[in-house]
Amino acid sequence: MSGPVIPNFGHGSSCVTGNHTFCWGWVRDHWNDTLEPALIQHLELTAIAVGLGFVLAFVLALLAHRLRAVDQPIGVFAALLYPLPRLALFQLLIPFTGLTTTTVEVALVAYTLVILFPNIMAGLRSAPADVLEAASGMGLTRRQVLWRVELPLAVPAIIGGLRIAVVSTISIATIAAFLLPKGLGYPIFVALKEPTPFKTEIYAAGALAVGLAIACDLGLVALRRLLVPWSRA
Amino acid sequence: MTLADNANLHTFVDAVRFIGDNPSLLATKALEQLELSAAALGLALLIALPVGILLGHLHRGSSLAIGTSIVGRALPSLVLIAAFLTILGIGFVNNMVALSVLASGPILTNAFEGVAGVDRDVVESARGMGMTGLQILRRVELPLAIPLLFTGIRVAAVTVVATAPIAAIAGGGGLGDIIVNQASYRLSGVIGASICVMLLSAAVYLVLVGLQIVVTPRGLRSTSLGNDLARKELT
Repeated sequence: MSGPVIPNFGHGSSCVTGNHTFCWGWVRDHWNDTLEPALIQHLELTAIAVGLGFVLAFVLALLAHRLRAVDQPIGVFAALLYPLPRLALFQLLIPFTGLTTTTVEVALVAYTLVILFPNIMAGLRSAPADVLEAASGMGLTRRQVLWRVELPLAVPAIIGGLRIAVVSTISIATIAAFLLPKGLGYPIFVALKEPTPFKTEIYAAGALAVGLAIACDLGLVALRRLLVPWSRA
Repeated sequence: MTLADNANLHTFVDAVRFIGDNPSLLATKALEQLELSAAALGLALLIALPVGILLGHLHRGSSLAIGTSIVGRALPSLVLIAAFLTILGIGFVNNMVALSVLASGPILTNAFEGVAGVDRDVVESARGMGMTGLQILRRVELPLAIPLLFTGIRVAAVTVVATAPIAAIAGGGGLGDIIVNQASYRLSGVIGASICVMLLSAAVYLVLVGLQIVVTPRGLRSTSLGNDLARKELT
């Protein structure tokens, strides 16, 4: 028997080797090689998922707006897909797309899609009947009504959906670390694998994930103020 | 193309075979996961439900209720589990507390909105009939709030069961143990356990939807549930 296993959190200060609550020195030393790359990867994962999910949801919503028949089925599908366990869904995609970013993105896009679709639909349906009647009375065609009346009125609901989608995606993307060495989940994953979980790395990566979510949320609130300054929520 | 397809098919055939070969292992792990989930949900109910109902009854603290739901969504489950691990140590308690924080958001928000959203006129007429505050809460507000209240509990329960596998990384046990341990169980075991996780959360979801229909007062049934399932948890 040799002595107890002393976790090796790199060279460094007594703070790091002693696994104290939070070591600013470690954050400074590993910002460039660990935290910043993870943050950027996390942003990329989120941006691609929300971007693709938004385009798909928008097209589907326009389609469902025209053809009322497909609205209900897509809505039910969305409600059933959303509560699926994230980790299990990631794993079930592996036989098809392997341990790749594609696997992660397919799952993330699916989740943003099911959040955004109902919200865009709710927005498109929110135009009051008399407003629509007034618009067609003024001689607007159906397409003009959509682009000049219904869509502008749907902006608050669409941004509301984007807020939920962005914040949820940032949260779910941490689970991508179970498959890939990518995103802010990965430093946490690595820290948990140490014989004694390394606190500073967990707190720093966790704070970055929560901070990123809050920053994006505030950004979308600001966007809403800019686009539809008359509506408040 | 066909080769790849065959490979996919084989993986799933092997996964189903894994399920068939290890029924007792999977049942034990599933039970572990349900135990952890039930404990977490119980803790969340104990704290968040009374707070939500009380704040809703008093029409106070709406910003707290809304804030809880926003913060709840922004907190990644992995971060919660890892952070509580550093405080409470590896094992059951850490995971129970982390998952209960996750469950508190939807329970508190929906309880608040359910009770606070009861028509003012109805509450006023109950008061006019001479009911006390407690009577109004028990006989008027709570029955009318049941659809939303239960939606919160259902969303929380499904979230907890679906997130519990992640807890395996912090000693939470359950089917996640198999999912995070490909070295021992191979891909077929990982996929097999993932299928079981899916089935387990689907079962919990269906049982709770059924329960929700049963506990909803007859007069509220037709209007609430359909809308509720499709929209409430997503918007």
